Amino acid sequence: MPSETMMRLRTTINGEDIELDIEPRELLIDVLRHRLELTGAKRSCDSQVCGACTVLLDGQPVSSCCTLAYEADGRTVLTVEGLAQDGHLDLIQAAFVEQAAIQCGFCTPGFVLTTKAMLAENPRPTRDEIKHYLGGNLCRCTGYWNILDAAEDAARRLAAAAETGS
Amino acid sequence: MTMPASTAAAYEVIGTNAPRTDALAKVQGKAQFTGDLQVHGMTYGRVLRSPYAHARIVSIDASAAEALPGVVAVMTGRNIPSSDPYYGHALKDRPVLALDRVRFVGEPVAAVAAESPAIADAALDLIDITYEELPAVTTIDQALAPGAPLLHDAPNLRAGLFHGLGEIRLEEGNVCYHHAFARGDSDAVFANADIVVEGEYVFPAVFQYSMEPHTTIAAWMDDDDLTVWSSCQHPFLVRAELANLFNLPVGAVRVVVPFLGGGFGAKSYTKMEPITSSLARLTRRPVRIANSVDESMVTTRRHGMKAWMRTAATKEGKLLAREVRAWFDTGAFADNGPRVVATGADAAPGPYTWEAVKVDAWGVYTNTSPAGSYRAFGATHLQWCGELQVDEIGRRCGLDALQMRERNLLQYGESVRPGGKPLDADLIGDMRRVAQSLNWDAPKPDGVVGRGMSVGLLAAGAHPVSTASIRMEADGSLTLLVSSTEVGQGARTVFAQIVAEELGVAPERVRVPGGDTRLTPYDRSTGASRSTTLAGMAVLRAAQDIRQQLLEIGGRFLDLPEVALEIRDGAVRHEGEAVSFPDLIKFHFGMVGGELMGNGAVRPEKGSGSYAEGPVFWEVCIGGVELAVDPETGIVTLNKVVSVADVGKALNPRQVVTQEMGGANQGIGNALFEEMIFDETGTLQNATLYEYHVPTIADMPLAFSLKHCGERGWAGTLRAPRAWAKGRWPAWPPQLPRHWRMQASTSTNFLRLLSASGGPCKRSSQPDRRAMPAQSMKEATTDEGLPAGQWHPAARHVVRDMEPQSGSGVSLPGLFDLH
Repeated sequence: MPSETMMRLRTTINGEDIELDIEPRELLIDVLRHRLELTGAKRSCDSQVCGACTVLLDGQPVSSCCTLAYEADGRTVLTVEGLAQDGHLDLIQAAFVEQAAIQCGFCTPGFVLTTKAMLAENPRPTRDEIKHYLGGNLCRCTGYWNILDAAEDAARRLAAAAETGS
Repeated sequence: MTMPASTAAAYEVIGTNAPRTDALAKVQGKAQFTGDLQVHGMTYGRVLRSPYAHARIVSIDASAAEALPGVVAVMTGRNIPSSDPYYGHALKDRPVLALDRVRFVGEPVAAVAAESPAIADAALDLIDITYEELPAVTTIDQALAPGAPLLHDAPNLRAGLFHGLGEIRLEEGNVCYHHAFARGDSDAVFANADIVVEGEYVFPAVFQYSMEPHTTIAAWMDDDDLTVWSSCQHPFLVRAELANLFNLPVGAVRVVVPFLGGGFGAKSYTKMEPITSSLARLTRRPVRIANSVDESMVTTRRHGMKAWMRTAATKEGKLLAREVRAWFDTGAFADNGPRVVATGADAAPGPYTWEAVKVDAWGVYTNTSPAGSYRAFGATHLQWCGELQVDEIGRRCGLDALQMRERNLLQYGESVRPGGKPLDADLIGDMRRVAQSLNWDAPKPDGVVGRGMSVGLLAAGAHPVSTASIRMEADGSLTLLVSSTEVGQGARTVFAQIVAEELGVAPERVRVPGGDTRLTPYDRSTGASRSTTLAGMAVLRAAQDIRQQLLEIGGRFLDLPEVALEIRDGAVRHEGEAVSFPDLIKFHFGMVGGELMGNGAVRPEKGSGSYAEGPVFWEVCIGGVELAVDPETGIVTLNKVVSVADVGKALNPRQVVTQEMGGANQGIGNALFEEMIFDETGTLQNATLYEYHVPTIADMPLAFSLKHCGERGWAGTLRAPRAWAKGRWPAWPPQLPRHWRMQASTSTNFLRLLSASGGPCKRSSQPDRRAMPAQSMKEATTDEGLPAGQWHPAARHVVRDMEPQSGSGVSLPGLFDLH
């Protein structure tokens, strides 16, 4: 049943300040997908196993299907739509394209964002560290090989960008 | 077949790793899947599902739900607004919603359309249904037992629109299909054979898990004008089924297919479209139904199977004869079961030469969720059993897996079955490639390490009917209209490459939108490795049509014979002269405007295309694996997985490789982790991804090798790859129980065996997901529940596994043969 009580949510999504009234029980994925039409986060397992709905909450990857929207109050949310700037792909996105790490694409936004969080924590991960960090994202098409390559490629791009100071 | 414009040596786009046309959209979250769409006035549908495997519906009271503010309509079996409540492409055995009884746990009983998903959910709780439970049959054995309760009035079932499997003569009982054939005198061969290997096998049901659950939006523009957006692989077959259901001409139904979040057969044929369309008709507003994963798990699955097989051979290891009896559990409704049974039976002899074969396969109704297509449906099941027997014969003759296959495999050009195409692959050469990649003859690394390889053959291509159209606009823009569904395999990219090659433009210039039955021309289906091979051929012919028109116009423009002209870099050329496509179109129409339209088709034609003779091509399923087992934990490490992609000319080699890797990954999952577990009440016990473990990135093999992905002359086909793999175990640990089985996950199996044989058995308090999938604990009891006579007492193996295959991917049956 719809709740009579509404809450005012103030959050920053992809750099934009958002204020809207939500029901206390609303999930972050529903606010993103239905209210804000940010459909990049995908719904699959509803149980924090598949990672398709991953977004970054204050830089940390969370399953938006299992996160109350109100938990984003006063915090920042980054979705896949917020990565590219001025039509230029984020370096992680570029790595996923270059390494052919995309097939059906349903898992791609989640993998890209989890990789971003990983590289923020650990800019030079080993292959095993990548496997560990990305273990919460499922892909049924690729067999993961090219995703692993993309994550490594992204780390290299990040290092190169840091070197040139760009 | 018309030779393409370019010769093999001169391809510019074909054979390159052209980037995916959809990569930028997908990596930015812009690619639209069905669930991302909003239709004006859309309501949200939810489905109430049966808690019983078999029950009579005594009463339904939906009044409280209907009274709930925000509820637009409640549909039950009493008010389905279709002309015919039954559908089913093979057999019309399935009602849109349960009518008077339910036949499996999870069967849709009622559907609610509401202003929000939350309201729809709340309304489901207010629907009051009284059931009277009936005796249920939840296993093949129960369903076939004398006096078993019947799921359907089988003799009176009507054929569906795409039965295509001959005349149906069903008898009373729980069998929905029987496929049988025999060649030669197998009784005589078995009576005189040196070696006879015999075994019984159980193959568990598994879930395809395409990550995007089934999602459908239906909107009636008028009483005779239905539009459906759906995550479906076969839009034209869905269209026909919906037209039939509502007694409309097919043109009145429009099926639009956005991007699909994976298919793997789960989205073949008709799934949630009848309920959604019916509910939309009732509400007179658009309705969206988006399944959750647990709902998709009871929407379709791969067939579980029980089989008996025996194979005869000489003492020198020459295969002589094979007999098979197999029962496929198709669940409560036939869905694609009859085709799966037919394909499975057809593939049971495997790619060998036989003096005699005798095969019987049945599709069996049970009170469990319906089973349909999954990568290389049917072929997987029985070739797995057959490969085990070939190995066992080899063991008795002192021949290894490679030697057995070298002696027995069909050769290139040999007949696979009477009346069909001869073998168009070099299987022995492919097996040698696997052996080489595995260092077959080299000593194995220390530890419990096994190597294995196996081979299968699949009749690919389904029905050879595809069409395509290309529009070249006045400014030279190209739009390719083709209905092969982009499920992730990269079809749109390969199609763009084909057009680009033929018309001398960059692939980025070719726009390939998704399928839309009112705009894009007919394609039979997306599956069976037919996108590149068949739809791709239609695309090539459409491009050739445009090309011919451009040459004809160019000839008039330049006043030269067509043979003097060439097409390159977006222009018709003759020596130093070049006329751009836009200039030619302007010349042709006498104004800036107009367009050229090219059409291409593939059908079962005699002669050049040779599509009259089935199958479209033989798809090889070859692979190998080296794996190690930790004797303390049972954790399986895949040291190396090898797959053979005998594809002929790879149009986009990188896409072939990625398809292979993905297929192998599903094989690993099916082999090591995956099994749907139905309890005695017919309830799926592991209906979440917590409990149904699909491989994560941590489960990858340590190495992957793909062989034979390259040229084999211009065949016009991307011969999609398959692989089988099996582990050949060392003679440790000893004293294993002797029977066939495949009910437990390998790791669990191994642990139990070690435990049973007094070997080390440890379990950590935090089970490793790889070693101990959640279902393991249940599986441990599964075997005990089976009838004692089910296992063949003389068999010397403990076996588990199977092989998943893809429409254009691979398969990898891990098959663990302990001895």
